[in-house]
Amino acid sequence: MVYHYYPGCTLKTKAKDLDRYGRKSMEALGITLTELENWQCCGGAFTMAKDEIATKLSSVRALADSRDGVLVTLCSACHNVIKQTNYAMANDAEFAMKANNYSKFDVPYNGETKVMHYLEVLRDVVGFDNLAKAVKNPLKGKKIAAYYGCLLLRPSKALQMDNPENPKILEDFIRAIGAEPVLYPYRNECCGGYMATEDQSVAAKKSGQVMDSAAEMGADMIITACPLCLYNLTKNAPGHQIPVYYFTELLAEALGVKD
Amino acid sequence: MNNNLKEQVLRMSGVNPLKCMRCGKCSATCPSYDEMEYHPHQIVYMVEKGEIEKLMASPSIYKCLSCFACVERCPRDVEPAKLVEAIRLAVIRQQGQNHLKAKDIPDLIEADPDLPQQALVTAFRKYTK
Amino acid sequence: MQKIGVFVCWCGSNIAATVDVQAVSDTLAKEPGVVYATNYQYMCSESGQNLIKDAIKQYGLTGVVICSCSPRMHEATFRKAVASVGLNPYMLEVANIREQCSWIHKDKALATEKAITLGRAAIAKVQLNAPLQAGESPVVKRALVIGGGIAGIQTALDIAEAGFEVDIVEKQPTIGGKMAQIDKTFPTLDCAACILTPKMVECSQNDKVHIYSYSEVTSVKGFVGNFTVSIKKKARYVAENKCTGCGECTTKCPMKNVPNEFNLGLDNRRAIYIPFAQAVPKVATIDPNYCNMLKNGKCGLCAKVCTAGAIDYKQQDQVIEERYGAIVVATGYNPIKLDKFEEFDYSLSKDVVTSLELERLMNAAGPTGGTLLRPSDGTHPHTIVFVQCVGSRDTSGCGKPYCSKICCMYTAKHAMLIREKYPDTEVYVFYIDVRTPGKNFDEFYRRAVEQYGVHYIKGMVGKVAPRADGKIMVQASDLLANEQLHIEADMVVLAAAIEPDKSARPLATMLTASMDTNDFFTEAHPKLRPVESPTAGIFLSGVCQGPKDIPETVSQASAAAAKVIGLLVTAKLTTNPCVAHCNELMCNGCSSCERVCPYGAITYVEKEFRMPDRTTQLRRVASVNPAVCQGCGACTVACPSGAMDLNGFSNSQIMAEVDAICQK
Repeated sequence: MVYHYYPGCTLKTKAKDLDRYGRKSMEALGITLTELENWQCCGGAFTMAKDEIATKLSSVRALADSRDGVLVTLCSACHNVIKQTNYAMANDAEFAMKANNYSKFDVPYNGETKVMHYLEVLRDVVGFDNLAKAVKNPLKGKKIAAYYGCLLLRPSKALQMDNPENPKILEDFIRAIGAEPVLYPYRNECCGGYMATEDQSVAAKKSGQVMDSAAEMGADMIITACPLCLYNLTKNAPGHQIPVYYFTELLAEALGVKD
Repeated sequence: MNNNLKEQVLRMSGVNPLKCMRCGKCSATCPSYDEMEYHPHQIVYMVEKGEIEKLMASPSIYKCLSCFACVERCPRDVEPAKLVEAIRLAVIRQQGQNHLKAKDIPDLIEADPDLPQQALVTAFRKYTK
Repeated sequence: MQKIGVFVCWCGSNIAATVDVQAVSDTLAKEPGVVYATNYQYMCSESGQNLIKDAIKQYGLTGVVICSCSPRMHEATFRKAVASVGLNPYMLEVANIREQCSWIHKDKALATEKAITLGRAAIAKVQLNAPLQAGESPVVKRALVIGGGIAGIQTALDIAEAGFEVDIVEKQPTIGGKMAQIDKTFPTLDCAACILTPKMVECSQNDKVHIYSYSEVTSVKGFVGNFTVSIKKKARYVAENKCTGCGECTTKCPMKNVPNEFNLGLDNRRAIYIPFAQAVPKVATIDPNYCNMLKNGKCGLCAKVCTAGAIDYKQQDQVIEERYGAIVVATGYNPIKLDKFEEFDYSLSKDVVTSLELERLMNAAGPTGGTLLRPSDGTHPHTIVFVQCVGSRDTSGCGKPYCSKICCMYTAKHAMLIREKYPDTEVYVFYIDVRTPGKNFDEFYRRAVEQYGVHYIKGMVGKVAPRADGKIMVQASDLLANEQLHIEADMVVLAAAIEPDKSARPLATMLTASMDTNDFFTEAHPKLRPVESPTAGIFLSGVCQGPKDIPETVSQASAAAAKVIGLLVTAKLTTNPCVAHCNELMCNGCSSCERVCPYGAITYVEKEFRMPDRTTQLRRVASVNPAVCQGCGACTVACPSGAMDLNGFSNSQIMAEVDAICQK
């Protein structure tokens, strides 16, 4: 099985850690992520309007280029955009027709590629049990709050990742690396997202709520898969001391491949 | 009431506002509620009534975080976020109506060098044509 | 060749406005075999029927075709009419030119053409009709009620009162159902146990009522008047006839941490238990999943303390077979699971409870002895938020599309009781619509608002977020004020949608009774036959047919009992002569028909056949029991050699109809 890997724009710049530790860990677990040639930025947000074609074409191209394997995403935003695009290609005939008319692939693409988030690869290909066995430095005693945010789970109809209201994929991951998950009610609420460019006070309010909730439930740290969440939680929620990490960094640490 | 605009919004969004049973769960769950002049449940109803121009003129349409909480939790599958997006597109597709202009981006980066690319491309996609 | 009369009905303007009835009767008059054809305004009226009767006498008709509404509507009427003048009722055919023609078409010329075609097909069939004689079958004077909640109890008591034997099969160790778990009943606020438990006792004391508790129906065979049912009595490891219900064992059993399902897991019971004090039968049951003796042979304490010697660790499941004339389904409901509604954080916080859990928390026999305390820390809650429609009226795929009907009223009851008992507690009810039709219902809800000061807020809750300090943040819409509210609550109560019990679907398959997409049993007619299943001899009682409250359930339970009694007093039932038979010379013994028959009417027999060369050959052939066959025709289409045929709907008759439609 070929695991095509779509890093996305932020993982090449501000979120290099998410990318670097992700690749190293997967390699240590025996899976090679092959970076897709000529990938282009997904645009960060899926344009919901049915008549928006051009804004989704970079995702369509990445999907069509991955037909011989699985397309693995790591950034929550890329994951969200590409999975929603794939869902539209499979379920919205008019959109698929227009995208295919423009793209002129040798064989028309209609949503056949399987898209998996990195966490889904851990869960469904590696298996959390096997991950736990591969862990060299278990993060014993660490109380970790998983932060899903909005992009990883919703809309569940298209993303099909986990129960959108009571997810457990990150908690299972936390257990697998030897730490203890901390449950808190705001783990799937929005951090304020791209509103940071418009009005940082919104991001501050939303991220502050998330940080408060995780802190009072006893978390030592928060993990996320989203560069924008990490930015908002660390930068726009001042007065909070809990560190926020990319989950791949803790994974690399647990697997003993962090340098 | 501008029926042409209403039809355009309904077609773009694929939303049927008549499915709404007015429970207000969208507004109850919306993280941007306080920032909005018109709230998600009102937006659905206003689209039904054809008050698109009012919405196009409102800053509310730039406040949606596209977090899909309303979409996920609506008991009738109405998908209010799709309406907000369609209305915003109806505005920014007009000449000179971009909410975020390319020339503003360097200032944003200068103001906060930590701002991830993801924030910029997302905002650009949401606010600009 | 038959002498056929054709009668075309106008059905007022229902048919005549879209179909040229004169053209239909004129054209069909020229069909071979037709000696008389006419049309009339209302064929089903007395004068219409007389028209048919007179024509039969005057023209010596041997076959009759009525072009009218669906045979489901008036076939019986017309059969009775022709029989009254001596024509065999099975020499009549109905061509449906209303539901299948005039009602669904607009173009009169095309509709007329189609009506003629349908009439022609019926004429072609009548040519091949043969007189059939209806048989008779006896009625077993015993009824089965499946489910021992208030619906099943009421139905059983009413049937018993009419003098018939009735068995209740209940899968729990006691009868009583959901009503036994409820604290008070609306709109009178009388105690549920006070009005239910006397009825439960009546069931155990009435000679005519037999309770199979901790039992399940495993198979149903037969047909109306004559069902054979297998009932599995699960091993409870206690001899029912010896146990006195003293309860000594339930206090001595060392396995103390078994979740108590009667209190919805809010407290624990022992591995040997009696669900509640007024249980009927009041007999202990050992839970094999937790009993140490059953699991690894270590313990045996209950047997030591039982002075009656009732404990029997060797007890086995027992299957009994019983015959019944009628079966009543009363399988009830359960609240839905809330795993798809975790925005309310039901699994994260113990103080977010369902309404049924709140019943137990307010019940004097419940885990808190009737004092309302928070499950998390046992403190008294000062602010309580009720959320209505959790999973009801939900078309998103997470919940149920229907209104659960009972929640508005029980929530008003909860709110009112809390305000009465704890006036220092603020109560908020978030609603989409308050639906309180029913005698004294709306008055009841208004009392909650006006007299008890319950805060009713139009809007839904969007997010529930428990805090570390034990408070629960509730974020909700106040639609009338156009505000997003943030309430600091101590408890949140979710009015979870109700759904039919999971046992209903497999039971429906056993009974060949139909269900809707929500797994509610379908009634024979939504208005006119609401307590009968379309399957003869199967009756419906309570929520298994659709959401309803206790008064409605009891009404329907008595109505179902009346229908059952009406059936059981009948000495003999007329059987449908349109049953299958096997043409043995064509039968190749493949068993296809036996496998598809939903009624178990087909068996195989070894039979001797004389061959052309005068030798005899033993062959295996199908044999239909006409008393059991319901004439569904499944066997006739499954039969690869064409040996199975159905009286009144023979293969040749159906082909003749098809030919008549295709010719032109």
